[in-house]
Amino acid sequence: MSLWVDKYRPRTLDSLHYHAELTARLRALASSGDFPHMLFFGPSGAGKKTRVACTLRELFGPGVEKIKIDQRVFMTPSKRKLDVNIVQSNFHIEITPSDVGMYDRVVIQEILKEIAQTQQVDLNAKQRFKVVVISEADSLSRDAQAALRRTMEKYMSNMRIILCANSTSTLIAPIKSRCLLIRVAAPNEDEMSRCLNEVAKKERFDLPPSAAQEIIQDSNGNLRKALLVLETLKMQSPDLTGPLTIAKPDWETYCHKLADMILQEQTPQRVLDVRTKLYELLAHCIPPDVIIKTISNRLVDNVAEPLKADVIHWAAFYQVRMRLGSKKIFHLEAWVIKVMSLYKHFFYDVDLTGDFED
Amino acid sequence: MFLKPQTKKPEAAKHTVDPALQPWVEKYRPKTIDDISSQDHTVAVLRKTLQSTNLPHLLFYGPPGTGKTSTILALARQLYGPANFRNRVLELNASDERGIAIVRDKIKNFARQTPRAATASADGQVYPCPPYKIIILDEADSMTQDAQGALRRIMETYARITRFCLVCNYVTRIIEPLASRCSKFRFKPLESTSTLSRLSYISSEEHVGVSNEVLQTLVDASGGDLRRSITYLQSASRLAASTQPPTPITSVDVLEIAGVVPDHVILKFASRLGIEPSGDTMDIDMSTQKTGFDSIREEVRLLVREGYSGTQILSQLHDLTIMHPTLTSRQKARCALVFAETDKAFCDGGDEELWVLETALRVHKALAA
Ligand SMILES: Nc1ncnc2c1ncn2[C@@H]1O[C@H](COP(=O)(O)OP(=O)(O)OP(=O)(O)O)[C@@H](O)[C@H]1O
Ligand SMILES: [Mg+2]
Repeated sequence: MSLWVDKYRPRTLDSLHYHAELTARLRALASSGDFPHMLFFGPSGAGKKTRVACTLRELFGPGVEKIKIDQRVFMTPSKRKLDVNIVQSNFHIEITPSDVGMYDRVVIQEILKEIAQTQQVDLNAKQRFKVVVISEADSLSRDAQAALRRTMEKYMSNMRIILCANSTSTLIAPIKSRCLLIRVAAPNEDEMSRCLNEVAKKERFDLPPSAAQEIIQDSNGNLRKALLVLETLKMQSPDLTGPLTIAKPDWETYCHKLADMILQEQTPQRVLDVRTKLYELLAHCIPPDVIIKTISNRLVDNVAEPLKADVIHWAAFYQVRMRLGSKKIFHLEAWVIKVMSLYKHFFYDVDLTGDFED
Repeated sequence: MFLKPQTKKPEAAKHTVDPALQPWVEKYRPKTIDDISSQDHTVAVLRKTLQSTNLPHLLFYGPPGTGKTSTILALARQLYGPANFRNRVLELNASDERGIAIVRDKIKNFARQTPRAATASADGQVYPCPPYKIIILDEADSMTQDAQGALRRIMETYARITRFCLVCNYVTRIIEPLASRCSKFRFKPLESTSTLSRLSYISSEEHVGVSNEVLQTLVDASGGDLRRSITYLQSASRLAASTQPPTPITSVDVLEIAGVVPDHVILKFASRLGIEPSGDTMDIDMSTQKTGFDSIREEVRLLVREGYSGTQILSQLHDLTIMHPTLTSRQKARCALVFAETDKAFCDGGDEELWVLETALRVHKALAA
């Protein structure tokens, strides 16, 4: 039995619930053979992948939903073998660069060249080209991005690329220049409520407005999250009335505890305690950017107004350091110590404003 | 311009795609260097080389979509014609393996071959076909230092029979000894008149009606990147044609396609930071004027939920601040520092939400001081 998120995922452009204008735009583009490369971007859970899948379906018909998974072997320049699972249909192929780590350039180029050299064999195919979907394109290495530049132009006659990303700022300008950018905003509250109710109707139960409201508030525009929460709540209390407790994910609670620890005590011993906890989060594969954002969000809720901007400033500062450096823990820890010192000084009323400007 | 005589062999047609199915950027890629818009200096110099058929090593650099690749491909085609293009021109780009081994092997091998005798062209035209080959290294900025180093000797040794053309976005990534062996051509972002005329040409070829206002919006939204403006034009026209009955393209469509943050959104955001809207935009609702941390954070959260890209927000906030009629120069200067730092952070992988918030807070502080 599949989850509601998957079970009720719209499959065609017509069944998409919100952003009707965007849907019309996609339909117009898919209706002619001169479809451009595209870059879908927007916050997570806003429905980018769903929209891409619907667009593919519009382009190629139901055939794209016949997915097969191939195990492929690639050879790195240093002659190492690399096993990669490739998801594909007769009309498209999906790649997630983070699956192949630092060798994303090799794998993507191999796949693109292969597709470019094979003509569409299916004579009934609605389009001459195949589509390569690259999800999580924000994690494409610089090398892989550089290599995409000319490839995207050269192979345009029998291949189109659809990139999917949360943010476009890590993509180099030449790539953005070659794509049509498609912004997928998070659904607003009304739109989310409509989606939740739709699912409730199909599952044959009534969704009390208060419950819907609570779920929507909690999910901050992430529809995937909202639907998952709805399903969990429904299992916990079938009539969805009374006080509902939306369980936070463990790592989030953990981050909040960490933030509280920072504010309770500012000592070397505490730094050590915090470090152990940070290691634990990292060991559970929580992305360091998420860690620093979650902790700082909690911190600013609990410190005095004049300190808030400083907490964010140093979070931003060390977040970039983390990206540039290689040991995440160093920078997380440096940030924690910075915050502790700011907080302590503020508490003892020492003027630190000069320090912040440099 | 003359129409090329059409004496194509039947099998050649098999590999050419029906132009109706090609995105317009490819369909309207310049065929000769005279089709290149703007870049007058470069085109003038290259036109001379077509006559004298003497060519130095070339280095083209500049931002995306300004015609670098198109220019060198058109030039090579005009020099050699279709019959000799294949054996005289080697094009390698960043997707090809171009490590030091390949430089020493493949590139060197091609470079040292004596050019084959020119074959007569099937299309009945006469091409200069000078007695050297061209190696195009597109996207040369992604070649390693070592590989570039290995090129130095090759460029010198075989200069008589092989000319190189390096093409890149970031000229600083080309090592100095290579750069100094080439004639450098900077490709500037296209000025608006050239973009305008190219776009009107394309729209008349495609039979789409666009008003001057829309064309101007296209130009403004693409910042001198012709490729981008062509893509915008194409998708705007597809959209306009798909409605029943077909409607003309509007500027609003274009702005949405280009991902521009609508004015009222950016003005509201700016006013939260203490940038008061200037005179004629007073219709924005400023009634809930609060500027504390929480209200700024809330505003940023909403912007991020809408999915606007950080770089786009930054550039529009920048324009708004710098052009602002009443902020003092000192205030503007402080903001400019903040914007510069954020831009760098975005390039280094700065998280969009965190950095938009950081920018907002610092601009707020800079203006309050
Ligand atoms: N100066 C120009 N004149 C005419 N068309 C242009 C010009 N610049 C760009 N174009 C259009 O944009 C497309 C891309 O141009 P081109 O590939 O030459 O850009 P580029 O400078 O090589 O960009 P990049 O740095 O991203 O590789 C062309 O197919 C053409 O349609
Ligand atoms: Mg190019």
